Amino acid sequence: MTAATSTATAASVAAAAATETGAGAAASPAPAIRAVDVGVYYGDNKVIEGVSLDLPEHEITAIIGPSGAGKSTLLRCINRMNDLIEIFRMEGEMWFGDFNLYAPNSDPTQIRYRIGMVFQRPNPFPKSIYENVAFGPRINGYAGRLEDIVEESLRAAALWDEVKDRLKESALALSGGQQQRLCIARALAVRPSVILMDEPCSALDPIATLAIEELMQELKQQYSIIIVTHNMQQAGRVSDKTAFLMPDENRVAHLIEFDDTARMFTNPSDERTEAYITGRFG
Amino acid sequence: MLRSDFNQSLDALQSDLAEMGRLVGETTRQAVQALASRDAELAQQVIENDDVIDNLQDSLEQKCISLLATQQPAASDLRTVMSVVHLGVELERMGDYAEGIAKLCLRIYQEPLLKPLIDIPRMSDLALKMLNESLQAFAERDEFLARKVCQDDDVVDDLYNQIYRELLTYMLQDPRNIERATYLLWVAHDLERIADRATNIAERVIWLMSGRIASSRQLKSERVGRF
Repeated sequence: MTAATSTATAASVAAAAATETGAGAAASPAPAIRAVDVGVYYGDNKVIEGVSLDLPEHEITAIIGPSGAGKSTLLRCINRMNDLIEIFRMEGEMWFGDFNLYAPNSDPTQIRYRIGMVFQRPNPFPKSIYENVAFGPRINGYAGRLEDIVEESLRAAALWDEVKDRLKESALALSGGQQQRLCIARALAVRPSVILMDEPCSALDPIATLAIEELMQELKQQYSIIIVTHNMQQAGRVSDKTAFLMPDENRVAHLIEFDDTARMFTNPSDERTEAYITGRFG
Repeated sequence: MLRSDFNQSLDALQSDLAEMGRLVGETTRQAVQALASRDAELAQQVIENDDVIDNLQDSLEQKCISLLATQQPAASDLRTVMSVVHLGVELERMGDYAEGIAKLCLRIYQEPLLKPLIDIPRMSDLALKMLNESLQAFAERDEFLARKVCQDDDVVDDLYNQIYRELLTYMLQDPRNIERATYLLWVAHDLERIADRATNIAERVIWLMSGRIASSRQLKSERVGRF
Protein backbone atom coordinates (compact mmCIF):
# COMPACT_ATOMS: atom_id res chain seq x y z
CA MET A 1 0.00 0.00 0.00
CA THR A 2 1.37 3.40 -0.91
CA ALA A 3 1.67 6.23 1.56
CA ALA A 4 -1.01 8.16 -0.32
CA THR A 5 -3.68 5.46 -0.08
CA SER A 6 -2.73 4.83 3.50
CA THR A 7 -3.41 8.47 4.36
CA ALA A 8 -6.64 8.45 2.41
CA THR A 9 -7.73 5.37 4.31
CA ALA A 10 -6.87 6.94 7.64
CA ALA A 11 -8.95 9.96 6.70
CA SER A 12 -11.92 7.83 5.73
CA VAL A 13 -11.69 5.85 8.97
CA ALA A 14 -11.71 9.12 10.88
CA ALA A 15 -14.62 10.39 8.77
CA ALA A 16 -16.57 7.24 9.50
CA ALA A 17 -16.11 7.84 13.20
CA ALA A 18 -17.20 11.46 12.82
CA THR A 19 -20.37 10.38 11.01
CA GLU A 20 -21.18 8.07 13.87
CA THR A 21 -20.75 10.76 16.48
CA GLY A 22 -23.09 13.07 14.65
CA ALA A 23 -25.92 10.55 14.59
CA GLY A 24 -26.12 10.11 18.35
CA ALA A 25 -29.35 12.01 18.96
CA ALA A 26 -31.69 9.91 16.81
CA ALA A 27 -34.21 7.59 18.45
CA SER A 28 -32.25 4.60 17.33
CA PRO A 29 -28.73 5.95 16.98
CA ALA A 30 -26.34 4.67 14.37
CA PRO A 31 -24.46 1.70 15.76
CA ALA A 32 -20.75 2.01 16.53
CA ILE A 33 -20.17 -1.35 14.87
CA ARG A 34 -22.52 -3.27 12.62
CA ALA A 35 -21.96 -6.94 11.82
CA VAL A 36 -23.98 -8.22 8.87
CA ASP A 37 -24.31 -11.97 8.47
CA VAL A 38 -20.75 -12.56 9.62
CA GLY A 39 -19.34 -16.04 9.16
CA VAL A 40 -15.80 -17.10 10.06
CA TYR A 41 -13.72 -19.95 8.70
CA TYR A 42 -10.37 -21.31 9.80
CA GLY A 43 -9.28 -23.11 6.64
CA ASP A 44 -12.26 -25.29 5.72
CA ASN A 45 -13.68 -25.23 9.24
CA LYS A 46 -16.62 -22.96 9.78
CA VAL A 47 -16.47 -21.62 13.35
CA ILE A 48 -19.08 -18.81 13.30
CA GLU A 49 -22.19 -18.57 11.18
CA GLY A 50 -24.63 -15.82 10.36
CA VAL A 51 -23.98 -13.27 13.10
CA SER A 52 -25.75 -9.94 12.58
CA LEU A 53 -25.45 -7.38 15.33
CA ASP A 54 -25.68 -3.63 15.84
CA LEU A 55 -23.32 -2.68 18.65
CA PRO A 56 -24.51 0.64 20.07
CA GLU A 57 -22.45 3.76 20.53
CA HIS A 58 -21.50 4.91 24.02
CA GLU A 59 -22.73 1.74 25.54
CA ILE A 60 -21.04 -1.38 26.83
CA THR A 61 -21.91 -4.56 24.99
CA ALA A 62 -20.95 -7.86 26.58
CA ILE A 63 -20.40 -10.96 24.50
CA ILE A 64 -21.02 -14.05 26.59
CA GLY A 65 -21.19 -17.77 25.91
CA PRO A 66 -19.55 -21.07 26.77
CA SER A 67 -16.01 -22.00 25.73
CA GLY A 68 -15.72 -22.46 22.00
CA ALA A 69 -18.62 -20.15 21.27
CA GLY A 70 -16.45 -17.88 19.12
CA LYS A 71 -16.66 -14.88 21.45
CA SER A 72 -13.04 -13.81 21.06
CA THR A 73 -13.02 -14.70 17.37
CA LEU A 74 -16.00 -12.45 16.76
CA LEU A 75 -14.42 -9.66 18.80
CA ARG A 76 -11.17 -9.94 16.89
CA CYS A 77 -13.05 -9.69 13.60
CA ILE A 78 -13.99 -6.15 14.56
CA ASN A 79 -10.48 -4.70 14.44
CA ARG A 80 -9.14 -7.28 12.03
CA MET A 81 -6.88 -8.95 14.56
CA ASN A 82 -7.77 -12.28 12.95
CA ASP A 83 -5.97 -11.14 9.80
CA LEU A 84 -2.80 -12.23 11.58
CA ILE A 85 -4.00 -15.84 11.32
CA GLU A 86 -3.20 -17.10 7.87
CA ILE A 87 -6.08 -19.57 7.50
CA PHE A 88 -8.69 -17.06 8.73
CA ARG A 89 -11.44 -16.01 6.35
CA MET A 90 -14.51 -13.91 7.05
CA GLU A 91 -17.70 -13.68 5.04
CA GLY A 92 -20.42 -11.10 5.50
CA GLU A 93 -19.73 -7.49 6.40
CA MET A 94 -18.36 -5.55 9.32
CA TRP A 95 -19.07 -1.82 9.43
CA PHE A 96 -17.59 0.94 11.57
CA GLY A 97 -20.03 3.81 11.06
CA ASP A 98 -20.28 3.95 7.29
CA PHE A 99 -16.81 2.57 6.84
CA ASN A 100 -16.55 -1.00 5.58
CA LEU A 101 -13.82 -2.53 7.74
CA TYR A 102 -13.14 -5.28 5.20
CA ALA A 103 -13.12 -3.09 2.10
CA PRO A 104 -10.15 -4.08 -0.09
CA ASN A 105 -8.38 -0.75 0.39
CA SER A 106 -8.84 -0.48 4.16
CA ASP A 107 -5.74 -0.49 6.32
CA PRO A 108 -5.87 -2.75 9.40
CA THR A 109 -3.27 -0.65 11.21
CA GLN A 110 -5.39 2.49 10.90
CA ILE A 111 -8.45 0.52 11.91
CA ARG A 112 -6.70 -0.64 15.07
CA TYR A 113 -5.98 2.96 16.07
CA ARG A 114 -9.69 3.74 15.88
CA ILE A 115 -10.78 0.44 17.38
CA GLY A 116 -8.42 -0.26 20.25
CA MET A 117 -8.00 -3.51 22.09
CA VAL A 118 -7.25 -4.65 25.62
CA PHE A 119 -6.27 -8.26 26.16
CA GLN A 120 -6.81 -10.93 28.75
CA ARG A 121 -3.39 -10.64 30.31
CA PRO A 122 -1.98 -7.18 30.84
CA ASN A 123 0.76 -6.88 28.21
CA PRO A 124 2.64 -3.64 28.78
CA PHE A 125 5.81 -3.11 26.76
CA PRO A 126 8.97 -3.70 28.82
CA LYS A 127 9.50 0.05 28.89
CA SER A 128 8.70 2.89 31.25
CA ILE A 129 5.13 3.76 32.16
CA TYR A 130 5.49 6.97 30.15
CA GLU A 131 6.82 5.21 27.07
CA ASN A 132 4.02 2.67 27.10
CA VAL A 133 1.46 5.43 26.66
CA ALA A 134 3.57 7.72 24.44
CA PHE A 135 4.50 4.94 22.04
CA GLY A 136 1.32 4.90 19.95
CA PRO A 137 0.91 8.67 19.49
CA ARG A 138 4.62 9.01 18.69
CA ILE A 139 4.74 6.44 15.90
CA ASN A 140 1.43 7.83 14.73
CA GLY A 141 3.11 11.23 14.26
CA TYR A 142 1.12 13.00 16.97
CA ALA A 143 1.68 16.74 16.57
CA GLY A 144 0.89 17.97 20.10
CA ARG A 145 2.86 17.60 23.31
CA LEU A 146 3.33 13.96 24.19
CA GLU A 147 3.39 14.81 27.92
CA ASP A 148 -0.15 16.08 27.61
CA ILE A 149 -1.55 13.07 25.88
CA VAL A 150 0.24 10.74 28.32
CA GLU A 151 -1.29 12.55 31.28
CA GLU A 152 -4.72 12.76 29.65
CA SER A 153 -4.72 9.06 28.81
CA LEU A 154 -3.48 7.99 32.25
CA ARG A 155 -6.14 10.16 33.87
CA ALA A 156 -8.84 8.70 31.65
CA ALA A 157 -7.67 5.24 32.67
CA ALA A 158 -7.88 6.23 36.36
CA LEU A 159 -4.18 5.52 36.81
CA TRP A 160 -2.61 8.99 36.86
CA ASP A 161 -2.72 9.56 40.62
CA GLU A 162 -1.02 6.24 41.26
CA VAL A 163 1.84 6.69 38.77
CA LYS A 164 2.36 10.41 38.23
CA ASP A 165 5.51 10.43 40.42
CA ARG A 166 7.09 7.42 38.76
CA LEU A 167 6.42 7.76 35.06
CA LYS A 168 10.00 6.81 34.25
CA GLU A 169 9.80 3.52 36.14
CA SER A 170 9.29 0.23 34.36
CA ALA A 171 5.69 -0.62 33.60
CA LEU A 172 6.44 -4.17 34.67
CA ALA A 173 6.81 -2.99 38.29
CA LEU A 174 3.11 -2.15 38.43
CA SER A 175 0.53 -4.52 39.90
CA GLY A 176 -1.60 -6.60 37.51
CA GLY A 177 -4.58 -4.27 37.88
CA GLN A 178 -2.41 -1.22 37.29
CA GLN A 179 -0.78 -2.86 34.26
CA GLN A 180 -4.22 -3.52 32.81
CA ARG A 181 -5.25 0.10 33.33
CA LEU A 182 -1.94 1.11 31.72
CA CYS A 183 -2.88 -1.01 28.70
CA ILE A 184 -6.22 0.80 28.61
CA ALA A 185 -4.38 4.14 28.77
CA ARG A 186 -2.13 2.96 25.94
CA ALA A 187 -5.19 2.13 23.85
CA LEU A 188 -6.80 5.51 24.65
CA ALA A 189 -3.65 7.46 23.72
CA VAL A 190 -4.23 6.92 20.00
CA ARG A 191 -7.76 8.31 20.33
CA PRO A 192 -9.93 5.35 19.42
CA SER A 193 -13.70 5.54 19.41
CA VAL A 194 -14.30 1.86 20.09
CA ILE A 195 -12.49 -0.26 22.67
CA LEU A 196 -12.54 -4.02 22.46
CA MET A 197 -11.82 -5.89 25.68
CA ASP A 198 -11.07 -9.58 25.60
CA GLU A 199 -11.64 -10.92 29.12
CA PRO A 200 -9.80 -7.94 30.55
CA CYS A 201 -10.24 -8.97 34.18
CA SER A 202 -9.66 -12.69 34.08
CA ALA A 203 -6.09 -12.31 35.37
CA LEU A 204 -7.03 -9.79 38.05
CA ASP A 205 -8.14 -10.04 41.68
CA PRO A 206 -11.69 -8.97 42.63
CA ILE A 207 -10.77 -5.44 43.74
CA ALA A 208 -8.72 -4.74 40.60
CA THR A 209 -11.64 -6.20 38.63
CA LEU A 210 -14.09 -3.77 40.22
CA ALA A 211 -11.68 -0.91 39.47
CA ILE A 212 -11.65 -1.86 35.77
CA GLU A 213 -15.45 -2.23 35.74
CA GLU A 214 -15.79 1.18 37.33
CA LEU A 215 -13.42 2.63 34.76
CA MET A 216 -15.51 1.12 31.95
CA GLN A 217 -18.56 3.00 33.20
CA GLU A 218 -16.62 6.24 32.90
CA LEU A 219 -15.11 5.38 29.54
CA LYS A 220 -18.44 4.64 27.93
CA GLN A 221 -19.30 8.34 28.06
CA GLN A 222 -16.65 8.82 25.38
CA TYR A 223 -16.14 5.43 23.83
CA SER A 224 -18.15 2.44 22.72
CA ILE A 225 -16.99 -0.67 24.54
CA ILE A 226 -17.33 -4.30 23.59
CA ILE A 227 -16.23 -6.81 26.17
CA VAL A 228 -15.87 -10.56 25.92
CA THR A 229 -16.26 -12.15 29.29
CA HIS A 230 -16.72 -15.68 30.56
CA ASN A 231 -17.86 -14.19 33.83
CA MET A 232 -21.62 -13.89 33.52
CA GLN A 233 -21.94 -11.84 36.69
CA GLN A 234 -19.49 -9.38 35.23
CA ALA A 235 -21.55 -9.11 32.05
CA GLY A 236 -24.58 -8.39 34.23
CA ARG A 237 -22.79 -5.77 36.28
CA VAL A 238 -21.09 -3.79 33.56
CA SER A 239 -22.96 -4.03 30.30
CA ASP A 240 -25.93 -2.28 28.74
CA LYS A 241 -26.46 -4.92 26.08
CA THR A 242 -25.54 -8.57 26.00
CA ALA A 243 -24.95 -10.89 23.08
CA PHE A 244 -25.11 -14.61 23.77
CA LEU A 245 -23.20 -16.92 21.43
CA MET A 246 -23.36 -20.69 21.48
CA PRO A 247 -21.83 -23.45 19.34
CA ASP A 248 -24.15 -26.00 17.72
CA GLU A 249 -23.50 -29.76 17.59
CA ASN A 250 -21.07 -29.19 14.70
CA ARG A 251 -19.17 -26.67 16.83
CA VAL A 252 -20.29 -23.79 14.66
CA ALA A 253 -21.11 -20.78 16.80
CA HIS A 254 -24.35 -18.82 16.36
CA LEU A 255 -25.75 -15.70 17.93
CA ILE A 256 -28.63 -16.98 20.04
CA GLU A 257 -29.86 -13.75 21.58
CA PHE A 258 -28.96 -10.08 21.72
CA ASP A 259 -30.86 -7.74 24.02
CA ASP A 260 -30.73 -5.22 26.84
CA THR A 261 -28.71 -6.80 29.63
CA ALA A 262 -31.39 -6.17 32.25
CA ARG A 263 -33.94 -7.92 30.05
CA MET A 264 -31.63 -10.78 29.16
CA PHE A 265 -30.85 -11.42 32.83
CA THR A 266 -34.45 -11.26 34.01
CA ASN A 267 -36.44 -12.65 31.13
CA PRO A 268 -34.39 -14.03 28.23
CA SER A 269 -36.43 -14.96 25.19
CA ASP A 270 -34.52 -18.10 24.18
CA GLU A 271 -34.48 -21.15 26.41
CA ARG A 272 -30.81 -21.78 25.60
CA THR A 273 -29.97 -18.33 26.98
CA GLU A 274 -32.04 -19.12 30.05
CA ALA A 275 -30.17 -22.41 30.54
CA TYR A 276 -26.79 -20.72 30.18
CA ILE A 277 -27.58 -17.73 32.38
CA THR A 278 -29.00 -19.89 35.14
CA GLY A 279 -25.95 -22.13 35.01
CA ARG A 280 -27.77 -25.20 33.67
CA PHE A 281 -25.02 -25.78 31.12
CA GLY A 282 -21.76 -24.30 29.87
CA MET B 1 -15.40 4.77 45.51
CA LEU B 2 -15.96 1.49 43.74
CA ARG B 3 -19.31 0.65 42.18
CA SER B 4 -20.48 4.25 42.10
CA ASP B 5 -23.07 3.49 39.40
CA PHE B 6 -24.56 0.77 41.53
CA ASN B 7 -24.60 3.09 44.53
CA GLN B 8 -26.41 5.68 42.46
CA SER B 9 -28.97 3.10 41.43
CA LEU B 10 -29.54 2.19 45.09
CA ASP B 11 -29.98 5.86 45.96
CA ALA B 12 -32.38 6.35 43.05
CA LEU B 13 -34.49 3.39 44.21
CA GLN B 14 -34.80 4.90 47.63
CA SER B 15 -35.74 8.35 46.39
CA ASP B 16 -38.35 6.79 44.07
CA LEU B 17 -39.74 4.97 47.07
CA ALA B 18 -39.82 8.18 49.12
CA GLU B 19 -41.72 9.87 46.29
CA MET B 20 -44.19 7.01 46.16
CA GLY B 21 -44.63 7.24 49.93
CA ARG B 22 -45.28 10.96 49.70
CA LEU B 23 -47.95 10.36 47.08
CA VAL B 24 -49.63 7.61 49.12
CA GLY B 25 -49.70 9.89 52.17
CA GLU B 26 -51.14 12.77 50.20
CA THR B 27 -53.76 10.51 48.58
CA THR B 28 -54.85 9.11 51.94
CA ARG B 29 -55.17 12.62 53.35
CA GLN B 30 -57.28 13.64 50.36
CA ALA B 31 -59.51 10.56 50.68
CA VAL B 32 -60.40 11.38 54.27
CA GLN B 33 -60.84 15.05 53.37
CA ALA B 34 -63.16 14.10 50.50
CA LEU B 35 -65.22 12.02 52.90
CA ALA B 36 -65.40 14.73 55.57
CA SER B 37 -66.41 17.43 53.09
CA ARG B 38 -68.44 15.04 50.86
CA ASP B 39 -66.40 16.15 47.88
CA ALA B 40 -67.05 13.74 45.00
CA GLU B 41 -64.55 15.44 42.72
CA LEU B 42 -61.71 15.03 45.18
CA ALA B 43 -62.75 11.42 45.74
CA GLN B 44 -62.58 10.83 42.00
CA GLN B 45 -59.09 12.29 41.94
CA VAL B 46 -58.00 9.93 44.69
CA ILE B 47 -59.30 6.99 42.66
CA GLU B 48 -57.35 8.15 39.63
CA ASN B 49 -54.20 8.63 41.72
CA ASP B 50 -54.25 4.97 42.55
CA ASP B 51 -53.25 4.13 38.99
CA VAL B 52 -50.24 6.40 39.35
CA ILE B 53 -49.29 4.65 42.59
CA ASP B 54 -49.70 1.22 40.98
CA ASN B 55 -47.46 2.26 38.09
CA LEU B 56 -44.84 3.58 40.49
CA GLN B 57 -44.80 0.25 42.26
CA ASP B 58 -44.49 -1.66 38.99
CA SER B 59 -41.56 0.43 37.88
CA LEU B 60 -39.87 0.25 41.29
CA GLU B 61 -40.21 -3.52 41.33
CA GLN B 62 -38.83 -3.78 37.81
CA LYS B 63 -35.79 -1.74 38.80
CA CYS B 64 -35.22 -3.91 41.86
CA ILE B 65 -35.43 -7.09 39.79
CA SER B 66 -32.92 -5.71 37.28
CA LEU B 67 -30.52 -4.77 40.05
CA LEU B 68 -30.85 -8.19 41.66
CA ALA B 69 -30.32 -9.94 38.33
CA THR B 70 -27.41 -7.88 37.10
CA GLN B 71 -25.60 -6.45 40.12
CA GLN B 72 -25.58 -9.32 42.61
CA PRO B 73 -26.10 -7.08 45.65
CA ALA B 74 -24.93 -8.63 48.92
CA ALA B 75 -25.34 -8.00 52.67
CA SER B 76 -26.82 -4.56 53.45
CA ASP B 77 -27.15 -3.76 49.73
CA LEU B 78 -29.22 -6.92 49.28
CA ARG B 79 -31.36 -6.05 52.29
CA THR B 80 -31.85 -2.54 50.89
CA VAL B 81 -33.11 -3.82 47.54
CA MET B 82 -35.37 -6.39 49.19
CA SER B 83 -36.68 -3.72 51.57
CA VAL B 84 -37.59 -1.49 48.65
CA VAL B 85 -39.52 -4.39 47.09
CA HIS B 86 -41.41 -4.99 50.36
CA LEU B 87 -42.04 -1.32 51.05
CA GLY B 88 -43.32 -0.85 47.51
CA VAL B 89 -45.91 -3.58 48.13
CA GLU B 90 -46.93 -2.04 51.45
CA LEU B 91 -47.32 1.42 49.93
CA GLU B 92 -49.27 0.12 46.95
CA ARG B 93 -51.69 -1.59 49.31
CA MET B 94 -52.06 1.58 51.37
CA GLY B 95 -52.98 3.34 48.13
CA ASP B 96 -55.72 0.72 47.66
CA TYR B 97 -57.11 1.50 51.11
CA ALA B 98 -57.16 5.22 50.27
CA GLU B 99 -58.97 4.36 47.06
CA GLY B 100 -61.42 2.27 49.10
CA ILE B 101 -62.20 5.27 51.28
CA ALA B 102 -62.73 7.42 48.18
CA LYS B 103 -65.13 4.84 46.72
CA LEU B 104 -67.12 4.80 49.96
CA CYS B 105 -67.21 8.58 49.78
CA LEU B 106 -68.78 8.34 46.30
CA ARG B 107 -71.47 6.05 47.70
CA ILE B 108 -72.52 8.34 50.53
CA TYR B 109 -71.63 11.89 49.55
CA GLN B 110 -75.20 12.79 48.60
CA GLU B 111 -76.55 12.07 52.06
CA PRO B 112 -75.60 13.94 55.21
CA LEU B 113 -72.96 12.15 57.29
CA LEU B 114 -74.28 10.01 60.13
CA LYS B 115 -72.34 12.16 62.56
CA PRO B 116 -69.63 14.80 62.36
CA LEU B 117 -66.30 13.08 61.80
CA ILE B 118 -64.07 13.42 64.84
CA ASP B 119 -62.26 10.19 65.52
CA ILE B 120 -61.83 9.19 61.88
CA PRO B 121 -59.74 12.32 61.08
CA ARG B 122 -57.75 11.70 64.28
CA MET B 123 -57.16 8.16 63.22
CA SER B 124 -56.16 9.30 59.77
CA ASP B 125 -53.73 11.87 61.19
CA LEU B 126 -52.12 9.22 63.34
CA ALA B 127 -51.93 6.68 60.54
CA LEU B 128 -50.34 9.28 58.28
CA LYS B 129 -47.87 10.22 60.98
CA MET B 130 -46.93 6.56 61.31
CA LEU B 131 -46.52 6.32 57.56
CA ASN B 132 -44.29 9.39 57.42
CA GLU B 133 -42.23 8.27 60.38
CA SER B 134 -41.80 4.75 59.06
CA LEU B 135 -40.52 6.17 55.77
CA GLN B 136 -38.28 8.58 57.63
CA ALA B 137 -36.96 5.68 59.70
CA PHE B 138 -36.20 3.89 56.43
CA ALA B 139 -34.54 6.89 54.80
CA GLU B 140 -32.45 7.69 57.86
CA ARG B 141 -31.97 4.11 59.04
CA ASP B 142 -33.44 5.17 62.39
CA GLU B 143 -34.19 2.11 64.46
CA PHE B 144 -35.62 4.07 67.38
CA LEU B 145 -38.11 5.83 65.18
CA ALA B 146 -39.10 2.48 63.66
CA ARG B 147 -39.78 1.11 67.13
CA LYS B 148 -41.85 4.17 67.98
CA VAL B 149 -44.04 3.54 64.91
CA CYS B 150 -44.74 0.02 66.16
CA GLN B 151 -45.78 1.40 69.53
CA ASP B 152 -48.05 4.04 67.99
CA ASP B 153 -50.01 1.30 66.29
CA ASP B 154 -51.63 0.51 69.68
CA VAL B 155 -53.12 4.00 69.78
CA VAL B 156 -54.64 3.54 66.34
CA ASP B 157 -56.04 0.16 67.34
CA ASP B 158 -57.62 1.72 70.43
CA LEU B 159 -59.18 4.46 68.33
CA TYR B 160 -60.53 1.87 65.93
CA ASN B 161 -62.19 -0.04 68.78
CA GLN B 162 -63.65 3.16 70.12
CA ILE B 163 -65.10 4.05 66.70
CA TYR B 164 -66.46 0.54 66.36
CA ARG B 165 -68.28 0.72 69.70
CA GLU B 166 -69.65 4.17 68.95
CA LEU B 167 -70.97 3.17 65.52
CA LEU B 168 -72.50 0.07 67.07
CA THR B 169 -74.56 2.26 69.41
CA TYR B 170 -75.81 4.27 66.42
CA MET B 171 -76.88 1.03 64.75
CA LEU B 172 -78.64 -0.20 67.87
CA GLN B 173 -80.42 3.12 68.28
CA ASP B 174 -81.97 3.04 64.85
CA PRO B 175 -81.61 0.29 62.23
CA ARG B 176 -81.87 2.94 59.49
CA ASN B 177 -78.37 4.03 60.59
CA ILE B 178 -76.89 0.65 59.82
CA GLU B 179 -75.89 1.32 56.24
CA ARG B 180 -74.19 4.66 56.86
CA ALA B 181 -72.58 3.40 60.07
CA THR B 182 -71.21 0.36 58.26
CA TYR B 183 -69.62 2.57 55.61
CA LEU B 184 -67.91 4.64 58.28
CA LEU B 185 -66.75 1.46 59.96
CA TRP B 186 -65.18 0.36 56.71
CA VAL B 187 -63.40 3.69 56.47
CA ALA B 188 -62.05 3.22 59.98
CA HIS B 189 -60.99 -0.29 59.05
CA ASP B 190 -59.10 1.00 56.00
CA LEU B 191 -57.27 3.49 58.20
CA GLU B 192 -56.47 0.80 60.72
CA ARG B 193 -54.99 -1.30 57.94
CA ILE B 194 -52.90 1.65 56.72
CA ALA B 195 -51.44 1.97 60.20
CA ASP B 196 -50.73 -1.77 60.26
CA ARG B 197 -48.85 -1.49 57.00
CA ALA B 198 -46.83 1.43 58.36
CA THR B 199 -45.92 -0.96 61.17
CA ASN B 200 -44.83 -3.52 58.59
CA ILE B 201 -42.56 -0.88 57.06
CA ALA B 202 -41.09 -0.18 60.49
CA GLU B 203 -40.45 -3.90 61.05
CA ARG B 204 -38.74 -4.01 57.68
CA VAL B 205 -36.48 -1.11 58.75
CA ILE B 206 -35.39 -3.10 61.80
CA TRP B 207 -34.63 -6.03 59.52
CA LEU B 208 -32.75 -3.80 57.12
CA MET B 209 -30.52 -2.59 59.91
CA SER B 210 -30.05 -5.77 61.88
CA GLY B 211 -30.88 -8.62 59.51
CA ARG B 212 -33.34 -9.76 62.18
CA ILE B 213 -37.00 -10.34 61.45
CA ALA B 214 -39.08 -9.29 64.43
CA SER B 215 -42.83 -8.91 64.79
CA SER B 216 -44.17 -5.62 66.05
CA ARG B 217 -45.32 -7.43 69.19
CA GLN B 218 -41.74 -8.50 69.91
CA LEU B 219 -40.49 -5.02 69.11
CA LYS B 220 -43.01 -3.42 71.45
CA SER B 221 -42.05 -5.70 74.30
CA GLU B 222 -38.40 -4.71 74.01
CA ARG B 223 -37.71 -1.62 76.01
CA VAL B 224 -35.05 0.11 73.98
CA GLY B 225 -35.48 3.80 74.10
CA ARG B 226 -34.34 7.15 73.19
CA PHE B 227 -37.76 8.53 74.03
